Amino acid sequence: MKRLLLILFLPLVLRAQEVNLSVPYERMELWNGLNVLLHEDHTIPRVSVNMWYHVGSGHEKPGRTGFAHLFEHIMFEGSGNVPEGMFDVWLEGAGGDNNGSTNTDRTNYYENMPGNALELALFLESDRMGYLLNAMSPQKVDGQRDVVKNERRQRYENQPYGMVWIVMAQNIYPKDHPYSWPTIGSMTDLSAASYDDVVEFFKKYYVPNNSSMVIAGDINIEQAKAMVTKWFDEIPAGKPVEPIDPPAASLTSEKRLVMEDRVQLPRLYMSWLTPPLFTPGDAEMDILANILAGGKNSRLYKRLVYDLQIAQDVSAFQSSASLSSSFWVMATARAGHTLAELETVIQEEINRLKNEGPMDREVQRAINQFEASFLRSLETAAGKADQLNNYFVRTGNPDYFNEDLARYKAIGRNDVQAMVQSFLPDGARVVLSVVPNGKKDLSAAGSTEVKP
Amino acid sequence: MNQLILRNRKKDYGMSIRIVTFGILLLLMSGAAFGQKPDRSSPPPLGFPGTLRLPAIQKFKLSNGLPVVLIEKGGVPIVQINLLVKTGSAMEPMDRIGVASMTAAMLDEGAGSRTALELADAIDFLGARITTGSGQHTSVIALHTPVSKLDAALPLMSDIALRPTFPAEELDRLRKERLTSLVQWHDQPGTIASVAFNQTLYGSRHPYGIPSLGNEQSLRTMKMSDLKHFHETYYNPNNVTLVVVGDVRIAEIQKKLESVYGGWKGRTTASVNWTDATQVEQRIVYLIDKPGAAQSEIRIGRIGVSRMTEDYFPLVVMNTILGGSFTSRLNQNLRETHGYSYGAGSFFDMRPLPGPFMAYSAVQTNVTDSALSEFFKEFGNIQKSLPNEEFEKAKNYIALGYPDNFESVSQIAGMLAEMITFNLPDNYFNTYVSQVLAVKKEDVERVAREYVLPDKMAVIVVGDRAVIEKGIRGLNLGTVQVKSIEDILGKPPKL
Repeated sequence: MKRLLLILFLPLVLRAQEVNLSVPYERMELWNGLNVLLHEDHTIPRVSVNMWYHVGSGHEKPGRTGFAHLFEHIMFEGSGNVPEGMFDVWLEGAGGDNNGSTNTDRTNYYENMPGNALELALFLESDRMGYLLNAMSPQKVDGQRDVVKNERRQRYENQPYGMVWIVMAQNIYPKDHPYSWPTIGSMTDLSAASYDDVVEFFKKYYVPNNSSMVIAGDINIEQAKAMVTKWFDEIPAGKPVEPIDPPAASLTSEKRLVMEDRVQLPRLYMSWLTPPLFTPGDAEMDILANILAGGKNSRLYKRLVYDLQIAQDVSAFQSSASLSSSFWVMATARAGHTLAELETVIQEEINRLKNEGPMDREVQRAINQFEASFLRSLETAAGKADQLNNYFVRTGNPDYFNEDLARYKAIGRNDVQAMVQSFLPDGARVVLSVVPNGKKDLSAAGSTEVKP
Repeated sequence: MNQLILRNRKKDYGMSIRIVTFGILLLLMSGAAFGQKPDRSSPPPLGFPGTLRLPAIQKFKLSNGLPVVLIEKGGVPIVQINLLVKTGSAMEPMDRIGVASMTAAMLDEGAGSRTALELADAIDFLGARITTGSGQHTSVIALHTPVSKLDAALPLMSDIALRPTFPAEELDRLRKERLTSLVQWHDQPGTIASVAFNQTLYGSRHPYGIPSLGNEQSLRTMKMSDLKHFHETYYNPNNVTLVVVGDVRIAEIQKKLESVYGGWKGRTTASVNWTDATQVEQRIVYLIDKPGAAQSEIRIGRIGVSRMTEDYFPLVVMNTILGGSFTSRLNQNLRETHGYSYGAGSFFDMRPLPGPFMAYSAVQTNVTDSALSEFFKEFGNIQKSLPNEEFEKAKNYIALGYPDNFESVSQIAGMLAEMITFNLPDNYFNTYVSQVLAVKKEDVERVAREYVLPDKMAVIVVGDRAVIEKGIRGLNLGTVQVKSIEDILGKPPKL
C-alpha cells in the first residue's frame, strides 16, 4: 500500500507586480517514441491524463471526411483486454470522467480521476493504443457511425445557422486543402467508412511515436514514470508519420454568398485566411478580435449593438490552427435591418483601423484581459495538462506559458494596424449572408446563392 | 468492480475542515516491471485515494451585519467575490415577470459616477470580470479578478451593487435586446422544448412555469420604477451574503470589504406566497411541430422534489444510475445500444420548492417513437431490483468525484452558494461523501418507485410532425395534443 505524499506545491512564482507563469514538468521518452510530460499539483487529490494523437481531420483521405472524429468515438468501445463498455464503467467506478475531441490537427483524449486511479487510466490508454484491433468489429463501427451522424444532426443540421461552418470551410479553402472539409464529415462519407478503414487508420496514426501524453495532478512523479514504462513500453513503434504539407492556402478574390436557413433573423459572416498558430501575426489577430468585439467598448459592439442598435450581437475571433488560421467577424441583424447595413458599418471600422490603427488603451485593455485569462487557465490540472501538451506539440517547449503571454505583451498599436492592413484585405475574403427562407433581399449586396 | 468500504480517519491538520477518506478493498499497487509484459488480464488495482484538504470556512460580519463567508485558497493569485442576493425571479409579482433578471442586467449599465461604457472600460482594463445575473431564488454579482487588481476592482463592484443609476436609454436598449431574444427562441428546438416542458408542469401562474427572461407583454410594460423597487427591496445587507474564495487573507479582506460594503444600510425584505403547482397526474403528450427538423427534441418528466427533501442522497444515486452519467441507463440505451441519439440523460432540479424531474434527449427524427418507448422501458426498469455492481459504481462515481468540485475559485464559490441558499450545515462538505456512501440500496429502489412515475408524466416532443406523429400516436402513451411553436412561445414580437 502506498500513500501519496501531500506537498504544498505552488505552480506560480510571483515577482513583484510581474506575474511569472511557469508550470514545472518532467519529460520522459520511451524507446517507442512516446513522449510523456509529468506535472505535480496537489491542490485536490485528482489527476488528469491527457493523450494527444497527432492526427486530425486534416489527415483524412478523399471520400472519408469525418473519419478522424468517427475513429475517436471508436476508441472508447473497448480494446483487447477491455470488454466493450468497460472503459467507462471502470473509470466511473473509480470516480473518474473521460472524453475526447477532434479538430483539424489532432485528436485528444483525457481521463480525470482520483490520483489513486492513475494506473487504471494508464492501463486503459495503453490497451487501446496497443490492442484496439484485437477487439474491433464492423458492428462497433456501425454503432458509432449512428452516434456520430446524430452528433452531426444535433450540432449542425438541427441548429439555427448550424450549416454555416460546413459551407464556410468549403469556401475559405481551396478544394484539396485539408481544412476545406468539416471535422464532423459528410453523411455520405460517414456512411462509407468501413472496418478496413479503421484498421488502416489505426496502424498508420495510432502509434506511440505519433502521440504525446501529459499526466498532471496529485501524483508522485517517480511512481508515475514507473507506471508509464510498465504499461506503454511493450507497445511497438510504428512507421514515422509524414506531416501533411499541402500548398499554402490563399484566397485570391472576394466571394460573396447567400444561404437560406430556417431562421428568424439574418446573420453576416466574414472570414479571411490569417497566419498559423504561434507564427507572427497570430497573437495580433487575437488582440484585434478583442478590439473589434470584446466588450461594450469594442469598436463593432459599440457601433452596431450599443449605439446604432441595428445588430443583436457581434463577435470576432481568430481560429488558429497549424497549417493556416482564419479570422472571423459575425453579426446578427435586428428585425427591420439588412446585412448590407451591417456590412457597411463593419467595413467602416476595419478601414478606420487600417488607416489610423487602434488607440494604445484599446491594445493595453486587450492585453490585460489576456494576461488575466492566462492566470485563470492555471487553475485546473486538466486545463494545464492540455495546454502542456499543446505547447509541446506546437512549439517543442511544454512550459511555454510565459513565452506565449509575452507574444501578447509585446504587441503595440502599430503592430495591430499593420496586421489589419496585411491580413484583412477587402479583395480576398468570404462574405456569407444567412437569411430567413425567401428573404434574400436582406443579404449583403451582390451575393450568389449557395446551398449546404 | 472494486468494492468500497468506508474507513474513517481522524483529521490530522488543524486547518483541514474536510477530510475525504475512503478505504478501498485494495491490493498493493504494483511497481514497474521492466522487460516483461504487464498483466492485462484484469484492470490494475486501485491504490489508496488521497485526501482533499480544503482550508477552513471562515465567517464574519461587517459592521452593518452583512455576513461574509471566506475560504483562503492559495495557488493561483486570483480571487472570486460573489455578492449573493437571496431573491430571484420567484419573488416577482405575476404581472412583473422578468423584473429580477432585468434588474440584474441593468446594474452594470451605469453605476456610481460612471456610465455603462465607462464601467465596462474600467473593468476590462483591469482584466477583471464582473457579471450580474439572477436565477429563480437568487441574484448574484460576481467579481473574478487577479489579486493584484482587487483594490481597483472592489469599488467598481460595490458601485454596481449599491449605486446603479438605471439610465432610461439603457433600459430601452436591453428591452429591445430581450424582445429580440424571444424572436430567436423560435429557431431553437431545445429552447422551445424546455419552455413547453416548464409550462406544462407548472402552468403560467407559477414562477417555475415562466421563463425568467419575461414575455413580450411584461418586457414591454416593465418600468424603471419596477427595477428600482426590486433593487431597493432585495439588494440590501439583510438579504445578502458575500462569498469570497481566493488568494487573500482574512485580516486584509475584512478591511477591504468593510470599506466598500460596511456602510450599506439594511432594510426589511418582503416575502411572497407562491401558489402550489398542480402535479402531473396522467400521461399527456405534446407534439410541437417543427417542419423539416433533423431531430426531435424530447423532454419527459413531472414535478420532482425540493432540495430540502430527506431523500436527497438516495435520489442523487438513483438519478446517476438512470440518467446522470455516461454509463447511465438512458445514455447507454439511446446512444450506445440503439444509436438513436448523441446523448440522453435525466436530472432532478432541486430548488427551495419542488423543481422538475426531467429526462431528455435529441433523437433522429425517424426513430422518435422507438426512442420514446425506450425512455419508458428505462422508467419501468429503474423500479425493479438494482444490481449491486451498478449501485456501488454509482456511489463511487459521486463520492470519489466530489473533490472535483473544489478545484477553481469559482467552483468553490458555487459550492458555498449552495450551502448558503439551502441553509446547509457548516460540516456539509465534510459529511457529503459519507452520506453518499451510507445510502442504502433499498432506499434507491424506493425513491425510484416514489418519484419516477411513468404513468404520470408530461411528454414534450419538438419535431417534424409529418414524419413522427403517426408513430407517436401508435405508442398509446396517452392523450396526444399537437401544438405549434407559437402556441408555446406566442408570436415572435414585432420590433
